[in-house]
Amino acid sequence: MGNDVIETHNLTKRFKHVTAVDGLNLSIRRGEIFGLLGPDGAGKTTTIRMLCAIMDPSEGSARVAGFDTVREPEEIKKRIGYMPQQFSLYGDLTVLENLTFFADVFQVERQEREERIARLLDFARLTEFQKRRAAHLSGGMQKKLALACTLIHRPEIIFLDEPTTGVDPVSRREFWDILTELHVQGVTLFVSTPYMDEAERCSRVALMFEGSVIVCDVPERIKGLVEGELLELRPERLREASRVIGELPGVLEVQTYGDLLHVFVDDAARRAPAIQEALAGAGIAVQGLRQTRPRMEDAFISLIRKRLGERE
Amino acid sequence: MIARTLTIARKELLHIVRDRRTLAVMFFLPVMQLFLMGYAATTDIEHLRTAVLDADRTPQSRELIEAYRASNYFDIVGYVENEETLARMVDDGEVRAGLLIPTGYGEDVAAGRTADVAFVIDGSDPNVANTVYAASQQVGQAQGIRFIERRLGVKAEDMPGVEVHPRVWYNPAMKSANFMIPGLIAMVLFTLTIMLTALAIVREREQGTIEQLMVTPIRPIELIVGKVIPYVFVAFFDVLEVLAIGVFWFGVPIHGSLSLLLLLAALFLMTSLGIGIFVSSVANTQQEAMLVVWLMLLPSIFLAGFFFPIEAMPGFLQALSYLVPLRYMLVIIRGIILKGVGLEVLATQVVALVIFGAVIMVFAATRFRKRLE
Ligand SMILES: Nc1ncnc2c1ncn2[C@@H]1O[C@H](COP(=O)(O)OP(=O)(O)OP(=O)(O)O)[C@@H](O)[C@H]1O
Ligand SMILES: [Mg+2]
Repeated sequence: MGNDVIETHNLTKRFKHVTAVDGLNLSIRRGEIFGLLGPDGAGKTTTIRMLCAIMDPSEGSARVAGFDTVREPEEIKKRIGYMPQQFSLYGDLTVLENLTFFADVFQVERQEREERIARLLDFARLTEFQKRRAAHLSGGMQKKLALACTLIHRPEIIFLDEPTTGVDPVSRREFWDILTELHVQGVTLFVSTPYMDEAERCSRVALMFEGSVIVCDVPERIKGLVEGELLELRPERLREASRVIGELPGVLEVQTYGDLLHVFVDDAARRAPAIQEALAGAGIAVQGLRQTRPRMEDAFISLIRKRLGERE
Repeated sequence: MIARTLTIARKELLHIVRDRRTLAVMFFLPVMQLFLMGYAATTDIEHLRTAVLDADRTPQSRELIEAYRASNYFDIVGYVENEETLARMVDDGEVRAGLLIPTGYGEDVAAGRTADVAFVIDGSDPNVANTVYAASQQVGQAQGIRFIERRLGVKAEDMPGVEVHPRVWYNPAMKSANFMIPGLIAMVLFTLTIMLTALAIVREREQGTIEQLMVTPIRPIELIVGKVIPYVFVAFFDVLEVLAIGVFWFGVPIHGSLSLLLLLAALFLMTSLGIGIFVSSVANTQQEAMLVVWLMLLPSIFLAGFFFPIEAMPGFLQALSYLVPLRYMLVIIRGIILKGVGLEVLATQVVALVIFGAVIMVFAATRFRKRLE
């Protein structure tokens, strides 16, 4: 209990037409990298805004760093860093000016300021761009600058809302390396992302869908939740192939990934030949039918489908 | 507290100096408005383009034309042969007035009979037409008196009579610029500060930077005060700019105390900053903010008596005008510049502005919360 730095009780936010967050109960321990995963509109941003004490819940409550988000918002703000989903720095100010501005707003001591800014610039690999206007940075550099700005006052907890959306894969990896460094330093990280593969880098993840958490556990265990075994294949005429396979016995679920099909079956060894046969019968050519390990993404899609199925 | 306010002010200053467009608006818009109002919106008439149809062609008719020309009100820009041509020229706006001297004018004058001439006036602008009408009468009457003098062999000054010497107080030359420019200072102060503060704060909301600020320890009052500080200086610079052009270019004399004027301008600034902050709390985008500002400004400017005197408005509009803060500032600024009056005369207006400023500021500041909806 004492180790939980974020706790929510039935945290709920209703807007005029939607319930964006619906009865959230989370507890996050000090030093975790907690991943909040979910598709667009799942309620990730709304959750983070409530935890950062800039949006009041319609119902329920949350405590962050031991303070209530509604009654003691300013205490929380001293202790957290928040990196919003959209770029929220001043584009017409330079990298250095942005950092200095936030250092001043957080009233970082003068003598400490210079040194800390230099260290953060180095940490975010932005030292050589410090004179550049923020608007003229690449997407990845903007994200790193935003992160540097949220770190200026040495927060205990950092909330990052989709920090890697719209960033190229190389920068994404680099960004996660930086987050891991912070994790090592003992900072608690609360990261939302729509990328399922990023969940693997978290200590725990919650899958959010339509305002509620479907599952919350360590990544390995979530992958274990997938029923059956997974076959991967690359057929021609994807949609038709998917329909044909879906009608076969022993097939639990079919998912599409680009030009790939992921087929969950009760017994891979037994069902693979049947699938090949059925596709051949339908005149659909197939490449590379093979069994693979379920990925995070498979697990989530499967869990979301199950949730949707239950409702019907 | 003060340190953070100054941090915000410094940042705002950077935004201002890096945004050429806003800079241009801030420093040239008032100048442009001033020249537009000072020249275009004038009802003074001088050198009105006039055409003459002289059907008489006698020394007497030429003397009359010369009298009109000499009055300085009319520029004789052409002679026409018939009324159709004159009508066309008035229609086309080529001339604004026409003098028609019929045949027999010279004869009538020589015979000592009343001689008739016609004067055509383009009445599309009633203000101008009124002045032209009076001027044309005046020239004609003066000419009449000259005939009488000649006939009786006396000078008009030596004859008994009543001469009314009208004395126009406050604006003796009756120049529109003198009336317009003080009003314009108030208007610049009003429109520019409302617009700039509203846009500056809404911009943070529109660009999402407000969200980042909300998670800092900054207090709403620090944010608001910090953001408006640079615009207070801009507003004062603009006031001095307009005032200087008014005095040195248009020759508007300042009869009252300049320091009182600036002091009360600062008081008025409270109200317009407050309105700007209020607008920023209801608008989510800069476009919305502009719309709200214009919807508010246009009626304000008319109701405050910027163009037309409040006394000439229907009763309910007059009542409504008490709710327009600009009204009080117009009275103050015209009073100080044109009449040279001081606080003792303007006390009511000052009290009204204090109340408006305080209410609007408090209202606007409390609406501003560190919360997203
Ligand atoms: N201020 C608001 N007013 C009304 N509805 C809102 C508001 N903010 C969010 N919503 C709605 O609440 C739901 C959840 O939105 P939210 O932004 O929290 O989702 P998200 O998981 O962050 O999605 P994304 O990946 O698009 O950022 C959506 O249906 C959204 O339209
Ligand atoms: Mg979001």
